[in-house]
Amino acid sequence: MSQSRSHTGRTIAAHAVLLTYTLIALFPVFVIVINSFKSRKAIFADPLALPMPENFDAVGYTTVLQQGHVVQYFANSLIVTVASLFFVLLFGAMAAFALSEYRFKGNMLMGLYLALGIMIPIRLGTVAILQMMVAAGLVNTRTALILVYTAQGLPLAVFILSEFMKTISDDLKNAGRIDGLSEYRIFFTLVLPLIRPAMATVAVFTMIPIWNDLWFPLILAPSEATKTITLGSQVFIGQFVTNWNAVLAALSLAIIPVLALYLIFSRQLISGITAGAVK
Amino acid sequence: MGALSLSQVTKAFGKTEVIKGVDLTVNDGEFCVFVGPSGCGKSTLLRMIAGLEDVSGGDVMLDGVRINDLAPAKRELAMVFQTYALYPHLTVRENMGLALKQAGEPKAKIDASIARAAGMLALDPYLDRRPAELSGGQRQRVAIGRAIVRTPKLFLFDEPLSNLDAALRVATRIEIARLHRELGATMIYVTHDQVEAMTLADKIVVLRAGRVEQVGAPMELYNNPANTFVAGFIGSPQMNFLKSAAVGQQGETTGIRPEHLTIARDAGQIAGQVSHVEKLGGETLVYVRAEPHGLLTVRLFGEHDFAVDEAVWLTPDATRAFHFDANGARLR
Repeated sequence: MSQSRSHTGRTIAAHAVLLTYTLIALFPVFVIVINSFKSRKAIFADPLALPMPENFDAVGYTTVLQQGHVVQYFANSLIVTVASLFFVLLFGAMAAFALSEYRFKGNMLMGLYLALGIMIPIRLGTVAILQMMVAAGLVNTRTALILVYTAQGLPLAVFILSEFMKTISDDLKNAGRIDGLSEYRIFFTLVLPLIRPAMATVAVFTMIPIWNDLWFPLILAPSEATKTITLGSQVFIGQFVTNWNAVLAALSLAIIPVLALYLIFSRQLISGITAGAVK
Repeated sequence: MGALSLSQVTKAFGKTEVIKGVDLTVNDGEFCVFVGPSGCGKSTLLRMIAGLEDVSGGDVMLDGVRINDLAPAKRELAMVFQTYALYPHLTVRENMGLALKQAGEPKAKIDASIARAAGMLALDPYLDRRPAELSGGQRQRVAIGRAIVRTPKLFLFDEPLSNLDAALRVATRIEIARLHRELGATMIYVTHDQVEAMTLADKIVVLRAGRVEQVGAPMELYNNPANTFVAGFIGSPQMNFLKSAAVGQQGETTGIRPEHLTIARDAGQIAGQVSHVEKLGGETLVYVRAEPHGLLTVRLFGEHDFAVDEAVWLTPDATRAFHFDANGARLR
């Protein structure tokens, strides 16, 4: 009895901590979203008030959507994020498979070298990257962003995925080899489905910094045709006048796609189809 | 067809040699069991035959052809793994048919092979299920079925019963023996369980630390062990080792099986004290502490009552004793 009560107490305490954290984390998002539906005057009069009929104003959204480029900005962000994610997951998983599956000279060193990028921020190399992109004629292209983000995401992906690859049963891979599957088929049809939860984790960790990034779009691809939504929202922030309605509306809209992607991946996080493969 | 021969086969991981020159012949249709304690290299040797591990030295020949550098899929062999290793995303039917499909066989032939294997293993009701929907015993039967479908020259089993519970283990063991009779194929079976080795094998290969200790038929090893290691490994419960000097026998060590020791309360050759009694119904195992020999096991048929700490006398049947020298080699 006493044990079950203390158990309940602990559950309540744990939930209190988690709820507090959730509130703190969600508060800025909440403020952005509610204010995006209010008139400019109402935003400044009482930033924490909920949008009501008397202070409701969708002018932010109409401004943003009438600004013809916003759809283009969204498309740019999505293309860059999804393409980078694809390459990070593909190359990351392949490198991780090679590192964990094959014994070759310098295996350990190679793994360390590939993981080094976790500790060194890629932005330190901005000048060199810009010079390289200029030389390659890739400035103001989405390719430039995709390349940089792929490089930025790979170290963590290789690190996490190679740990997971080691947990996959050798018997399963060997069974595939005896049945005549090529190493590529073993990788794509046997190994990848089993590390789906790990891939989803990596996808979430990789996706959010890319979507939110302002730095590289500003430096490498600031042209009208290649602006991402984060960069695009900045047009409403002026040196002297800032169109807060539009900024808040653009930011609110920018949450939606990344939220959708997150929901897709988080479903994968939960499911595991390992059951039945090996004991 | 399926005669395997190994000559001076070695395997080294870096500088550590794990297989130290193995010579072995497995005849066509033979059931050969590799047995030994964990770490003796039996699984490594099997993987080398399968082509999953490189051979560092020596020749692996199948039907007179050197297959050292052949890819696993080209060796015409099938393997059953301890962890079943079924493809989780495929149904039982697809699991069993994959190898033939990879080899480009016509669909009719694949279906016929699957039907035949499923019939032999009573798997028909499960063909459209996925591995996750099967029990452990069913999964292992599917894994065996997957091997049968390929009609290989050589079947390799890597501790296939270790993950099953005791009752299923016996049932599956009998099934494997039946399959061997029906298929008449060459099978190589790895286990650390000497009971599996004794009951299944035509030929047992006892391995220790990467070397072959003895090769022979089960009863040959039981009645004629070459050294203390084989004598201790084959037979359950384990053979007792007595100090020869203390019992007036030749050599350094005298080996006597638990069933060849008699126990009495009044008189005998070796004095001891009962330390534990295991009653199994059909037989009774009495563990007796007798200096200077240590703990000795006596196997009695039927039910017997002995109290712990009771003083008893043991007498070995000298005609059934084995004599070994100081290095453990058999004296004949």
